[in-house]
Amino acid sequence: MIGLVHYLTVSAILFVTGVFGIFLNRKNLIIILMAIELILLSVNLNLVAFSAYLHDLVGQVFAMFVLTVAAGEAAIGLAILVIYFRGRGTISVDDVNRMKG
Amino acid sequence: MNIIVLVFLPLLAAIVAGLGNRAIGNVPAKVVTTGALFASCILAWPIFLGFLGGHDSAHVVHVLSFIKSGSLQVDWALRVDSLTAVMLVVVTTVSSLVHLYSWGYMAEDPSQPRFFAYLSLFTFAMLMLVTADSLIQMFFGWEGVGLASYLLIGFWYEKPSAQAAAIKAFVVNRVGDFGFSLGIFGTFLVFGTVSIPAILAAAPHMAGSTIGFLGMRVDTMTLLCLLLFVGAMGKSAQLGLHTWLPDAMEGPTPVSALIHAATMVTAGVFMVCRLSPMFEASQTALTVVTYVGAATAFFAATVGTVQTDIKRVIAYSTCSQLGYMFFAAGVGAFGGAMFHLFTHAFFKALLFLCAGSVIHAMHHEQDMRFYGGLRKHIPWTFWTMLAGTLAITGVGLDELFHITPTFGFAGFYSKDAIIAAAFARGTTAGGIAYFIGVTAALLTSFYSWRLVFLTFYGEPRWIGSEHIQHAIHDTHGHGADHDHDHGHDHAHHNAHNDALDESSGHAPGVDSRGAMDMPRGTGGYHPHESPLSMLIPLVLLSVGAVFAGMGFAKSFIGEGGAAFWQGSLWFNSEFMESIEHIPALAKWMPFFAMVAGLVIALWAYIWDKSLPARVAGSARGLYAFLLNKWYFDELYDILFVRPAFALGRLLWKRGDQGTIDRFGPNGAAWVVQFGGVVSRKMQSGYVYTYALVMLLGLAAAATWVMAA
Repeated sequence: MIGLVHYLTVSAILFVTGVFGIFLNRKNLIIILMAIELILLSVNLNLVAFSAYLHDLVGQVFAMFVLTVAAGEAAIGLAILVIYFRGRGTISVDDVNRMKG
Repeated sequence: MNIIVLVFLPLLAAIVAGLGNRAIGNVPAKVVTTGALFASCILAWPIFLGFLGGHDSAHVVHVLSFIKSGSLQVDWALRVDSLTAVMLVVVTTVSSLVHLYSWGYMAEDPSQPRFFAYLSLFTFAMLMLVTADSLIQMFFGWEGVGLASYLLIGFWYEKPSAQAAAIKAFVVNRVGDFGFSLGIFGTFLVFGTVSIPAILAAAPHMAGSTIGFLGMRVDTMTLLCLLLFVGAMGKSAQLGLHTWLPDAMEGPTPVSALIHAATMVTAGVFMVCRLSPMFEASQTALTVVTYVGAATAFFAATVGTVQTDIKRVIAYSTCSQLGYMFFAAGVGAFGGAMFHLFTHAFFKALLFLCAGSVIHAMHHEQDMRFYGGLRKHIPWTFWTMLAGTLAITGVGLDELFHITPTFGFAGFYSKDAIIAAAFARGTTAGGIAYFIGVTAALLTSFYSWRLVFLTFYGEPRWIGSEHIQHAIHDTHGHGADHDHDHGHDHAHHNAHNDALDESSGHAPGVDSRGAMDMPRGTGGYHPHESPLSMLIPLVLLSVGAVFAGMGFAKSFIGEGGAAFWQGSLWFNSEFMESIEHIPALAKWMPFFAMVAGLVIALWAYIWDKSLPARVAGSARGLYAFLLNKWYFDELYDILFVRPAFALGRLLWKRGDQGTIDRFGPNGAAWVVQFGGVVSRKMQSGYVYTYALVMLLGLAAAATWVMAA
C-alpha cells in the first residue's frame, strides 16, 4: 500500500532535485526553468497528497492554482530567455552575471 | 601736533600707494610717498634743532588708549625727547633721500607703487619704534620693522634667493624678538608697568635684587637687560644673530641703504640707549654688551676684507660699525653710541647708495672683481663715495701741537670717541674693546679703501662679467634704441640673472679667483652716470658724511652733552670728560690704524697688485675661513636648520602621515574599502548564488519560527 510517506518522499526527492538543478547547473538557463517547474511540481504533489490524506479539497484547488501560475511563469521565463538570447547571443548560465557590482 | 603728522604721514602715504597700487599708477604713488617723507623730514629737523639749541624739553603726545586690563595700561603715545629727535632726523632724512634715489634706481621696475608703499611703511614702523613711550609700542614698531624688512628683502619675490633671504631675516629676527618679548614680560613682572619712563625711574632701585629664572636665582636687572639685549642683537645683527644681514642684500640697493643706515639695524642700539639707565643698573649686562659688540666689530671687519660683492663688503662694514656702537654702549658711552649711529647713518646710506649707483652703471654687476677704472666714467659717484669712505675710515686730524684746528670727517669724531671711551673706561672689557676697536679700525680702513681701489682705480676688468657681456650684446643687437632696451634689461636682470650671482655669493668658496685673475678690458662697454634723482641724494648725504661729525660732536659727546640729552639717555659727564684726557698715544692709535689700513690697501691694490693673490695663496685656510664668513652659515645649518628640517620631516612622515593619517582618515577609508572588496565577492551576479542565499535565508527563518 502506498501511503502518505511515500508521496512525501517522492515529493522531497523531486524538490531537492529541483534545488540542486538550480545550483549545480552551469550550462543552460532553460534547465533552471525546468528545475523551478520540478520544485513547483513537488509542492503540488505535496498538496495533493495531503488533500487526499486529510479529505480536504482545498489542497487540490491550490494545486490547480499552482499549475496555472507555473504555466504563466514558464511562459514569461521562456519569453525573457528568447529576448535575452537575441540581445546577448547566449543563454549559458556562466555568462549571465551582469548583476555583479 | 607736528609729531603726529610727522609719524603718521608715512603710514598714510603707504596706505595710499599700497592700496592704490596700479589703480593710481607709478607717478602718483611715488609722489605721495616721497612727498610725505620729505614733509616728515622737514618737520623733524626743527624738533632736532630745538633740542640742540636747548630751548625744547621732552614731552609726550597722547594719541589713543590701547590696552586697559588690570594693572596693565598701555597707550599709544608719542614721546619726543633728545634721543627721539636724533632718531627722527636720522630716519626721515635717510628715508626721504632713499625714496628720491629710488625714483632713478627703480625706474624700470614693474611694481614701483608696491616698493614705495613698503618703503614708507618701513619708515612709519621705525618712527613708531623711536617715539615709543611704552615697551609695548616699541615692540609694535619693532615687529613692524621686521615685517617691512621681510617684504622689502623679498621684494623681487620671483628670485628664490630673495625669498630665502627674506625668510632668513624674518626667522633670525624672530629669535631676537623672543628674547625681547621675554624681556618685556619680565619687566612687567618686576616693575608692574611697561611705561618706559616709569621703568627707568624704578630701575636703579632694583639693582642687586634677584629673581627666579629657570630654577635659579639670578640678578633681576642682569636677566632683564640680557633678555632685552637678545632682542637688540637680533635687530642690530650682532655676532650670533648677524647672519640675516649680509643676505638681506638680496633686496634692491635702496632697501639695503635704508635697512643699514636708518631703520631696522639701528633699532637695537636705540633700544639699548633708550633703556640705558636699566643697563647701568647691571654691570654684568654691560660687560656682555661690550664683549658682544667688540666681537661683532672684529668678526665683521675680518669678513669684510675678503668679500668680492660690493654690497656684501658694505653690509659687513655695517655689522662691524654696529659692533662699535654696542661696545660704546657697553662701556657706558651711550652718547657716543648714538653719535656714531647718527654719523654712521649718513655715511653708510651714502656708501650704499653709491654702491647702487655703481651697480646701476655696471649693468647690475655686483662683483668688484669685474669693476676697475670707473673713476672717470662716473665722477659724481666716485667723489661722493670717496667722501663716504673718508667718513667711515675716520679720516681727520686732531689739534696737532695746537697748530692745526681739529678737522675730520664724520667717522673721525664718532668712532675715535668710542675707541677712546673704551680705553678711558679702564675695565678689562673696556681694554679688550679698545684693542679690538683699533684693530677693527685698521681692517675698516683696509676694506673700505680696497673697495674704492678695486672699483674706481686700475684697469677696467669689465669684459669678464656676464652682465656686461649681456649689455654689449644687447647694444649690438638693437642698435638705435639702445637706451631704451638697455634700461629695460635692468628689470630683466634683476629677475633672473642676479639669482645666479647671488647664489654664488652664498658660497663664495666656489669661485675664489682674485680680481687680478680676471681678464682685462672694457669689452666696448660704456658705463653711464646715474640720473639726477640718484645723484642729489648722494650729494646731500655726502654733505652729512663730511660735516655731521664736526657739527654735532660737542652736543652729542662733548661738554654740551648733558644739556643736550636732558636725561633721555644715561650720560655721565665726568666719564665723557675723562675721554678727552687719555694718553696721546692711545688717542692716536685709531688714526695710525686708519693710516696703516690705507697704506696696506694702497700697497695691495695699487702698487703691487699680485700681493692679494700671494697672501691668499700662502694663508689658504685663513682665506677660506674668512671668505666663508667664519662658517657661521654652515654651523647654523648643521646646528639648527638641519635638525629643524629633520624634526619637521619626522613629524610629517611619522607623526602626521604615519600616525594620524594612517589610523584616522586613511584607516577609515581602508576599512570601508576592504569591506567593499569582501562584500563584492558575495555579489557574483549569478542567479543561482542569489537563489542559494534566498533558500538559506528562508531555511534559517523557518527554523527560527519553528524553534520559537
